[in-house]
Amino acid sequence: MKFSKEHEWVKLEGDTAIIGITDYAAHQLGDIVFVELPNKGSKLEVNKVFGTIESVKTVSDVFAPMTGEVIEVNDELDANPALVNEDPTGNGWIVKIKVSNPNEYDQLLDEAAYKAICE
Amino acid sequence: MKKTPLCQVHEALGARMVEFGGWYMPVQYTSIIEEHNHVRTKCGMFDLFHMGEFWLTGPDAMKNVQKIVTQDIEALSDRQIAYTPMCRPDGTIVDDLLVYRWTDTEFMLVVNASNELKDFDWINHQLEGNVRLANESANTGLIAVQGPNAEALLQKLTRQRLKSIKFYWFTAGKVSGIDCIISRTGYTGEDGFELYFNAEHTEYLWSVLTEKGKEFDLKPIGLGARDTLRLEARLMLYGNDLNDTTTPIEANLGWTVKFAKGQFTASEILKHQKDNGTERILVGFEMGKGPAPRHGYPVLKDGKQIGEVTSGTMSPTLKKNIGLAYVAPTLKEIGSTFDVEVRGKAYPATVIETPFYKREGTK
Repeated sequence: MKFSKEHEWVKLEGDTAIIGITDYAAHQLGDIVFVELPNKGSKLEVNKVFGTIESVKTVSDVFAPMTGEVIEVNDELDANPALVNEDPTGNGWIVKIKVSNPNEYDQLLDEAAYKAICE
Repeated sequence: MKKTPLCQVHEALGARMVEFGGWYMPVQYTSIIEEHNHVRTKCGMFDLFHMGEFWLTGPDAMKNVQKIVTQDIEALSDRQIAYTPMCRPDGTIVDDLLVYRWTDTEFMLVVNASNELKDFDWINHQLEGNVRLANESANTGLIAVQGPNAEALLQKLTRQRLKSIKFYWFTAGKVSGIDCIISRTGYTGEDGFELYFNAEHTEYLWSVLTEKGKEFDLKPIGLGARDTLRLEARLMLYGNDLNDTTTPIEANLGWTVKFAKGQFTASEILKHQKDNGTERILVGFEMGKGPAPRHGYPVLKDGKQIGEVTSGTMSPTLKKNIGLAYVAPTLKEIGSTFDVEVRGKAYPATVIETPFYKREGTK
């Protein structure tokens, strides 16, 4: 698993990237009440906004950590957005994309580097 | 940024701190939703040191308070409280406040932290005759205990018979040995009390309440839950639902404007608004699943902007999106529909009855 400076995580399996927000980000946001997901088939561009997460108090953009086409979205978040708080790096994942440029993965932070920016 | 005497206590409890009305305040300790539900079902304690407390005293105090606020303070009994707007001559609201009537020559006014200096200046310029205004905000501590367990908890700490204090009445008495104003008021839609006392006792009372609160499941509650609690109860937030351009009639606060008491600041213009209507009116609405309405979002009818959301949230109690908005009076009836624009997209909203939440046993 790797991380972006904007607090997303990525798991790369072949050319499929699973994307969510980090434990740190979920904790900072507080109780999440709505996740605006992109449509299947839409294109994500690295470092561009692709969704929105709302907590009781705040509205935050979600940035794409890699470029690619959305092949699956986590529909369960519609009914239960709190999954992002409960299990941000597991059941609280947000989208799966087919990556266009696997090299972008190397540009992301490893766990130690990500932890350093959260301090 | 100003700090309350409890700042370090909040930080030690793990609170997230934010700026609010010029003060460094706890917005949440654990989770806004958890804290909100805790106040609805058990009880919670709020540090409200930031609120402003003024004293208006003297032989002409009654005449002056009757002139500057819209409620009828002369009609109150001693030790009764009124929630009231304070208006400019054009009807716009300087602030909304609580007036505590001690006697007919002595009043405490509790004002919003963000308006403290504006209010003090405003009131000072209105005063006539033998009357004195004092700003005691810095010397006055305020802790609210709210929720179904509030009375039982507080009763353990005072010999005052709390059952006999009715809603919007107060008494003076000792709480754990400290002289307090014990006021049956709050900003949550639950039963509860607000305690005013000399600021030097703030940490002591907080710690006594924390200790005694254990058997009543008392938890500290931040401003985040205070906001969702007050919105469910349709209690106004100055800066959101009320501001320097809105009038009490527009805000649907007509019940706080007592024309029968005779002339007062803005009485004629407010009477005119009451009889002839206003161009906008504050309504409560709900929205379906989706993004929450928030302060400043445009209200649309047939694609055209006709108003603005003043407050909105996902309601933790009702588990749906609710909000308040100024709209054209043609849309004020229950069941009227309009759209709320969120990030460029229109989402349907329906006007519903307010308050959104009423605790059991209240009218």
